Amino acid sequence: MDISNYLYLSAILFTIGAVGVVVRRNAIVVFMCVELMLNAANLAFVTFSRINGDLVGQVASFFTMVVAACEVVVGLAIIVTMYRSRRSASVDDASLLKR
Amino acid sequence: MTTSTHLVYLIALPLVSSAILLLLGRIADKWGHIVATLVSASTFAIAAIEFFQMRSRSGDARAATQNLFTWISVGSFDVHASLLLDQLSICFVLLITGVGTLIHIYSIAYMSHDHDRRRFFAYLNLFVAAMLLLVLGDSYLNLYVGWEGVGLASYLLIGFWNQKPTYAVAAKKAFVANRVGDIGLSLAIMIAFAQFGSVSFTGVEAGVPHASTGALTALGAMLLLAAAGKSAQFPLQSWLGDAMAGPTPVSALIHAATMVTAGVYLITRSHFVFDASPTAQTMVLIVGGITLLFGALVGTAKDDIKKALAASTMSQIGYMILATGLGPVGYAFAIMHLLTHGFFKAGMFLGAGSVMHGMNDEVNMRRYGAIGKVMPITAVTFGLGYLAIIGVPPFAGFYSKDKIIETAFNAGGTKGILVGGAALLGAAITAFYMTRVIVLTFTGTKRWDDEAHPHESPSLMWIPMVVLAVGSVASGFLFNSGHALVNWLAPVVNAAGEHDAKEFLPPLTISLMALGVVSVGVAIAILKYRSNVAVEAPEDVSILTKIVRRDLLQDDFNDRVLVRPGQALTKFFVAMDNTFIDGIVRGVGGVIAVSSTNLRKIQNGYVRSYALIMVIGVLALIATIWMVTL
Repeated sequence: MDISNYLYLSAILFTIGAVGVVVRRNAIVVFMCVELMLNAANLAFVTFSRINGDLVGQVASFFTMVVAACEVVVGLAIIVTMYRSRRSASVDDASLLKR
Repeated sequence: MTTSTHLVYLIALPLVSSAILLLLGRIADKWGHIVATLVSASTFAIAAIEFFQMRSRSGDARAATQNLFTWISVGSFDVHASLLLDQLSICFVLLITGVGTLIHIYSIAYMSHDHDRRRFFAYLNLFVAAMLLLVLGDSYLNLYVGWEGVGLASYLLIGFWNQKPTYAVAAKKAFVANRVGDIGLSLAIMIAFAQFGSVSFTGVEAGVPHASTGALTALGAMLLLAAAGKSAQFPLQSWLGDAMAGPTPVSALIHAATMVTAGVYLITRSHFVFDASPTAQTMVLIVGGITLLFGALVGTAKDDIKKALAASTMSQIGYMILATGLGPVGYAFAIMHLLTHGFFKAGMFLGAGSVMHGMNDEVNMRRYGAIGKVMPITAVTFGLGYLAIIGVPPFAGFYSKDKIIETAFNAGGTKGILVGGAALLGAAITAFYMTRVIVLTFTGTKRWDDEAHPHESPSLMWIPMVVLAVGSVASGFLFNSGHALVNWLAPVVNAAGEHDAKEFLPPLTISLMALGVVSVGVAIAILKYRSNVAVEAPEDVSILTKIVRRDLLQDDFNDRVLVRPGQALTKFFVAMDNTFIDGIVRGVGGVIAVSSTNLRKIQNGYVRSYALIMVIGVLALIATIWMVTL
């Protein structure tokens, strides 16, 4: 199997994630889409690591995972707090920054 | 050089007293004038002690210095705030403190009805402090501080009655004209620093032999400009007449005896510059010559007694400046005339003040007449000053003015005849206008209203007048006996011991010529003003008289050539500022306001739209990189 297919898959996953972030309103779903993008990037890292025959890409993907884990902790906490105060997990309700 | 420790008190005492009087305010009203007068008297006492100590020393040890503190220290450039009292400065210090004290005493009575008398005395003390700093500073920078200080004091005192708008304008005019001169002094300091790396008198003097002629001429010209501003010399003379708006003691002290002679001091102090630059020296001669005739002519047409005396001051300082332009021989005579002038002109101003005091502040001489009968002491003291100024022997002015005329003729060649002729002509006109003042004021028939009750002034006023009159009588003889003053000043201004190469005419002949023209001037004035003086100045007079009445068009000239173009330029700049500069600023502001109003719409608060912009941004970035690398 051609190894570039992994890259196509990674691109598709990233696009799905990006579109999801832009179009979905539920904070949890947006959050999951962000995770999807991160993992798409991870897939690309690993693929490049395979193509180049070294470990640099794999190491980078571990960094991404650590960052993603941290992000989950902080992000979920924010979402839970927001839900508690507004009884809604819609990102459009949290639009206090406008104007 | 001797080191002294108490020169500083000369300046500190009046300065502190001035500050106290100003800061304490109305609390000091009762005793302020007494404190100020005592302080002034004590500075005179210090000066007298210094003088006698100086006389007891000899040679180089006569000059005393005191280093106060290091003022500026940058790299190799050091300016110390230090004082120098040498044979030249002590003449000024004695004149300033002596005449100053007499005028303080006089002012106690003269200003007794003024509810701001304390403020007046505070300013007088401020003036004395600044003037002493001017003549005691040992560098041009120290001198400059005093120079500006006397300018400020002069401004405050001319505008002392600034509730009258014309007086306030006169003060402003004096200040502005002085600023023009001050620019000359500051440029001179900069030239000195650039050329010699030093601004002290000794530093500049040491550098002069190595400097280029052009630099020395520029330095001399700037010093002359400074002197012209402060000493009301052509072309910056126009402020002195208006400065008579100040109280009469101010006119006597500042605008006759002391401050206006600062220019003579500056040129004499900088004699090494002028001795080394014949061009600058000639400029000094020309300025002095023009001003002595200018002032004398203006004096002939003034009906205001103070303005006539002011024009005379201008003319007499012209004599001094002329003398300083005559080289090493002239400096001592300039200073001699300055000192004798200090006596007789201050005395005459105080006399004029005394007359005004008795005449409800009337200044128009056409409304005086026959005052000699009711104010005998004033008339006699004024008369002695008059005899001194026109140069009748053996009064003071005879010795000093005669020496200047003589030295001018001895300058030799066409220059000598021109300058000497101008000085001689000036003496004749001086005799004319001063006789006119005397005849109009003290003799003839009474022309004053019945409401005026002229009376002799109180003793606090006439005692200073008597002292000054004694000076007007005796000082010239004292200074000249055995060439006392010339020898005294020689180490400072004429170290080489130069004297006139040859005599143009025997001194006696010149004296007789001077006396001849003086008696002609006196005779004309007596014949013309002996009787039938109109109370109103006649209108049907020749065009020449009209021009002279308008101060030889000095104000018209300044107005047309300087003031109005200046105002037009200012208006142009205001219009430019309002339309062009403000237009740019408002335009920039407007563009930013409009674009930010539009840009603000992006900021809608929705996370997804921010995310979309980010995605678009990243895509644009990738596209750019892709296109560039492709």
